[in-house]
Amino acid sequence: MASKKKRNSTEGKENLVSPFPDEVLECVLGFVMSHRDRSSVSLVCKDWYSADRWSRTHVFIGNCYSVSPEILVRRFPNIRSVTLKGKPRFSDFNLVPANWGADIQSWLEVFASAYPHLEELRLKRMTVTDESLEFLAHSFPNFKALALVSCDGFSTDGLATIATYCKNLTELDILENGIEDLGGGWLSCFPENFSSLEILNFANLNSEVSFDALERLVTRCRSLKVLKANKSVTLEQLQRLLSRAPQLVELGSGSFSQDLTFQQYAELKNAFNNCRNLHTLSGLWEASSLYLPALYPACVNLTFLNLSYASLQSAEFAKLLPNCPLLRRLWVLDTVEDKGLEAVGSSCPLLEELRVFPAEPVVGGGGGVTESGFVAVSRGCRKLHYTLYFCRQMTNAAVATVVQNCPDFTHFRVCIMNPCQPDHLTNEPMDEAFGSVVKTCTKLRRLAVSGLLTDLSFEYIGRYAKNLETLSVAFAGSSDRGMQCVLEGCPKLRKLEIRDCPFGNVALLSGLERYESMRSLWMSACTVTMNGCRLLAREMPRAKKGCPSLRSHPLRIIISMHGRLSR
Amino acid sequence: MSTLLEHDYIGLSEVSPAMENSEKISSSSSTVSSELNDKSNTLNLKETELRLGLPGSESPERKFGGGVSEKSGCSLGVLKTLVSGAKRGFSDAIDVSGKWGFSGNAGSEVDLSKGAVLFSPRGGNGGKSLPVLEGATQKPGTAAPVVQVVVPASPKPVAEKKPQISTANDHGMAPAAKAQVVGWPPIRSFRKNTMATNPAKTSDDTEGKSGSGCLYVKVSMDGAPYLRKVDLKTYSNYTELSSALENMFSCFTIGQCASHGVPGRDGLSESRLMDLIHGSEYVLTYEDKDGDWMLVGDVPWEMFTDSCRRLRIMKGSDAIGLAPRAMEKWSGTVGVLHGTLILSS
Repeated sequence: MASKKKRNSTEGKENLVSPFPDEVLECVLGFVMSHRDRSSVSLVCKDWYSADRWSRTHVFIGNCYSVSPEILVRRFPNIRSVTLKGKPRFSDFNLVPANWGADIQSWLEVFASAYPHLEELRLKRMTVTDESLEFLAHSFPNFKALALVSCDGFSTDGLATIATYCKNLTELDILENGIEDLGGGWLSCFPENFSSLEILNFANLNSEVSFDALERLVTRCRSLKVLKANKSVTLEQLQRLLSRAPQLVELGSGSFSQDLTFQQYAELKNAFNNCRNLHTLSGLWEASSLYLPALYPACVNLTFLNLSYASLQSAEFAKLLPNCPLLRRLWVLDTVEDKGLEAVGSSCPLLEELRVFPAEPVVGGGGGVTESGFVAVSRGCRKLHYTLYFCRQMTNAAVATVVQNCPDFTHFRVCIMNPCQPDHLTNEPMDEAFGSVVKTCTKLRRLAVSGLLTDLSFEYIGRYAKNLETLSVAFAGSSDRGMQCVLEGCPKLRKLEIRDCPFGNVALLSGLERYESMRSLWMSACTVTMNGCRLLAREMPRAKKGCPSLRSHPLRIIISMHGRLSR
Repeated sequence: MSTLLEHDYIGLSEVSPAMENSEKISSSSSTVSSELNDKSNTLNLKETELRLGLPGSESPERKFGGGVSEKSGCSLGVLKTLVSGAKRGFSDAIDVSGKWGFSGNAGSEVDLSKGAVLFSPRGGNGGKSLPVLEGATQKPGTAAPVVQVVVPASPKPVAEKKPQISTANDHGMAPAAKAQVVGWPPIRSFRKNTMATNPAKTSDDTEGKSGSGCLYVKVSMDGAPYLRKVDLKTYSNYTELSSALENMFSCFTIGQCASHGVPGRDGLSESRLMDLIHGSEYVLTYEDKDGDWMLVGDVPWEMFTDSCRRLRIMKGSDAIGLAPRAMEKWSGTVGVLHGTLILSS
């Protein structure tokens, strides 16, 4: 068919590219899911841009200040699902002042008129008030999925309005937010005839919910696939929930310690035995080693085990692991120590992602894991490509060994918790460690460095890390040259976050050409001055002016200045 | 879990109607989007004024704000309070040369407090003068800001000292970094708070680390198929410990339990006391640091928690050596629980 329906007003010029109707194109493009691919699609030509524009139903905005809601709705009229990220990542660590912004309300107001059929909203690091949640609940009758990660500004009252008014809700995912927990009554607000829930995650709310209401909710929501309860749910209650919902694929248990009789223990074990569909398990607050064996039958198909809130010791952890042969992602606390990590190396050959969190996230503490645990994992888990490793000591040699064993790292984040700590065996800087990472791991996309680092490490990064997109730096470097190396050498760099480094105006201004293509730059407690910032601001538009055809990417540069009181 | 992906690019080719909504956008002081300002590009090129304002907190009366309002006088008020607090910090920042604090100001206090005055370049600022900025021209129209500069308002007491950090080129030892650094290690506040209230278990019952917030010791009961662990730190006296143990092991006591009553802090009535003493079957003992088995209740509570390594609920018959002596010792303040254990308050 050669006829074309032109929905967008064309200028009447011949279209040389697309020999088939828009509807077909849109249909085909509907299979293109990844956001980056969609963006690329939209750049091909006007027809494709238009097809993408009309067919796109999900939009991802990594920086809520990069575009206004008005522009968004004008370009994409048929959006059903929005993902928005707000504050810079360092706001998670209290480095961004309160009331900084990233408020969802203005977006909601625009969406209410432009996207009345909005179904999904996923927010990360946004400010969301209870009034906004109420507005949401009343403005979108088809609303289905709400996910809030690391947001702030709301309370459980807001959740209550969602529960009360969103009749078609399928997903409520509340993760690690600065939420004001006023009680667990919100859960009881789901109407008695409400049964569409598929995903419920309230693991990070502390208040006790009415177990009765929860049990009834779980019973009538036959499609429930994900249930992550909070620690107020006891083992005995968990057993009852499991027996109502053996179809769960993701489970977050409540508190895993309680006085159980033999009978109760047997029932619990039986309940887990019936939950063979689980692929994700988390929670296990205050896990008592006594009851962990009840879990074993349910672990047979586990691919993701999140023990980052369960302080397990190495022995019980080592006993648990062999029951999870298919494990791909593992999050643990460093209470398992190196011995526990050795068990990981020997029990989890399919492991792809390992995150080790500190049980005592303070500077100068003790215990935890060391470089030997890291090496032990790498020996047994050759497919490892993602790591987040909090430790109190590390050596260059160990890191070199790790990446030799696992050269496919895409995300390498090692945090030596004492700032500026050198190799604890040789007392040298950790330059060679991260040098070996970037030399060996050619697919590296995300890197977080730590320990004592000179400019040399950044020279390595600039020279070798050609696929690097995100870099996090703290307490590192010796001079402007460090930052310059990175800005000059990493062509794919999108996000750069720096704190407490000796990078000043020269370094900042050296990136003028680079910031053009970057998503964001964060610098705090560096030696940049106000004049430097002014200069940057002045020079930036000029850089753009030189390339009129270059489409400017949304960009954010945030520089945090700190008063210094010299002694 | 949310499936938030990495960043995305939204290429905006059309000249946007941003100018109509310029207030919102331009006051989003952290973006550069010159494509949003095609019309005023030529103006903007000249404009590098830094503007004070927080993207989220314009006029306080405006509840939902996406940017800084030009019209309200409150932003100036905000400005004033913040600036006055920031004066010192700001001037310091201005004066600071490219020198890094490592070499020059070892031990200088880096203020990482939370309040902030934000500077962002933009065109018009509604005619407000910005006292701390020289050369701030005020032009109408709006430029999309390029750079946002955040200056913390005032040194808060909570701002910790930066650890004494040796220069990067100095291969000396790591600093004695006992001082806490704001936002470090980079763990989400939620997790930090959770871990603070739920400290990790101690590794071994024989090495209960006191002072770390918990003190787990094993509790065994003769005849029970498995052991339990209790955190001695969660109790403040023997009475609480005894009632907790009673609850824990109640499933193992058979028949003769007269009651599950917890003795009050003042002990029991004498008649009941005598009942229980005569009927008691179990004695609570503990192993101290020296490896000796002692009767629970002799020493003050604090001393007990310091020296206790594990607990054992012994059958009364096994405790013949201990129990009679113990009973002599006790006066009316003794609480004895029939069927489970003996304690003293």
